[in-house]
Amino acid sequence: MSEDKDYDDIPGTIVFDSQQAARGYHLNQFCISLRLQKNRDEFSADPEAYIDRFPMTAEQRDAALNQQWTLLLELGGNIYYTSKLAAYHGINFQELAGLMTGMGAEKYRAMMVSGGRSIEGNRSKSEWED
Amino acid sequence: MAYISSGVACSHVPALGVASDTGISDDDYYGPIFRGFEYSKQWMAEEKPDVIFLVYNDHCTAFDATIIPTFALGCATEYQPADEGWGPRPVPVVKGHQTLSAHIAQSLVLDMFDITVINQMEVDHGLTVPLTMMFGQPEAWPCPVVPLAVNVVQYPAPLGIRCYALGKAIRKAIASFPEDLKVCVFGTGGMSHQLQHKRAGLINAEWDARFMDLLVNNPDQGAKIEHIEYLREAGSEGIELVMWYVMRGALNEHVEEKHRFYHVPASNTAVGHLILENR
Repeated sequence: MSEDKDYDDIPGTIVFDSQQAARGYHLNQFCISLRLQKNRDEFSADPEAYIDRFPMTAEQRDAALNQQWTLLLELGGNIYYTSKLAAYHGINFQELAGLMTGMGAEKYRAMMVSGGRSIEGNRSKSEWED
Repeated sequence: MAYISSGVACSHVPALGVASDTGISDDDYYGPIFRGFEYSKQWMAEEKPDVIFLVYNDHCTAFDATIIPTFALGCATEYQPADEGWGPRPVPVVKGHQTLSAHIAQSLVLDMFDITVINQMEVDHGLTVPLTMMFGQPEAWPCPVVPLAVNVVQYPAPLGIRCYALGKAIRKAIASFPEDLKVCVFGTGGMSHQLQHKRAGLINAEWDARFMDLLVNNPDQGAKIEHIEYLREAGSEGIELVMWYVMRGALNEHVEEKHRFYHVPASNTAVGHLILENR
């Protein structure tokens, strides 16, 4: 059962609400652990053994190991956390946005320099259906 | 007695800290942004507050997912710049003002704002980037800081009207502190931006301009902006603009807008900045 929420209608957006946060707790704790060099070293030494310290679901585990950035958000990840996993892989915020939007880093950066993504046509899921 | 003289609104985009720390703040990309703060540095040098009350959000640095305080007031004597994954920013230690913090903490709870007291925490770019934008690169920050961390990462952030009311309670608390202190209140974060998923890169300059107009001239109305409007119009991360309403609530009903600056982009974000003086 899922509740209807007014923000479900916003396209291309996963609101990190209380339910998502509960769902993503261990995934996010894994990601944020990579803030520290000691943990990054341990993850590098044995990624699977390291990630298994965090009792997340198999789906979350696969998405983390395979760097599926939009799926991670859908499974309860939050961008401030998943960006630490991205940083571990040498991917900065803007490059990460390039990956999540499917635009690629150069095209995404060019869009930002020319004023960003317009709100027009991006308010409601119905506008993305065509 | 202590009193609030002014307010500053300022985005806290991490890339601005990096630009300052690595000496590229005058290049073609960052130069226009830092030039927008030249007036601000001069203004600050004349304003000379004794204390800054700084409203910001932590980005899972001091608080990871284990504890999510909605409003957390720093009551420590100092706050170390945090390692966010690339080593701590090379900026001075942030000194606190413990007796003022303690007074505000007590006053707020008795005023029915049940804040969380934090006696030890590291501070991330959310707090240090606005200091950099307003002070540049001093050897030591010119005055102590009382930090208020607001949860805007896990939805729901506190409502705009709640933030505005908290600001009023902070003003009352500061005005009842017996020491003669001039306080400047910072509201940080924003403006429109979305960092996540397929709508990442959203910028809404028209909405941002209206947000600033309402904040300055009609805050009673602007404070009522609902969460769904922030999420839809200003992006999922743009909701952190509710923090500007804590600052606005701490100021008088009438303020003078001394400075406004707006620029797109810094990394993924629209940069907004205001200097307001109490009238």
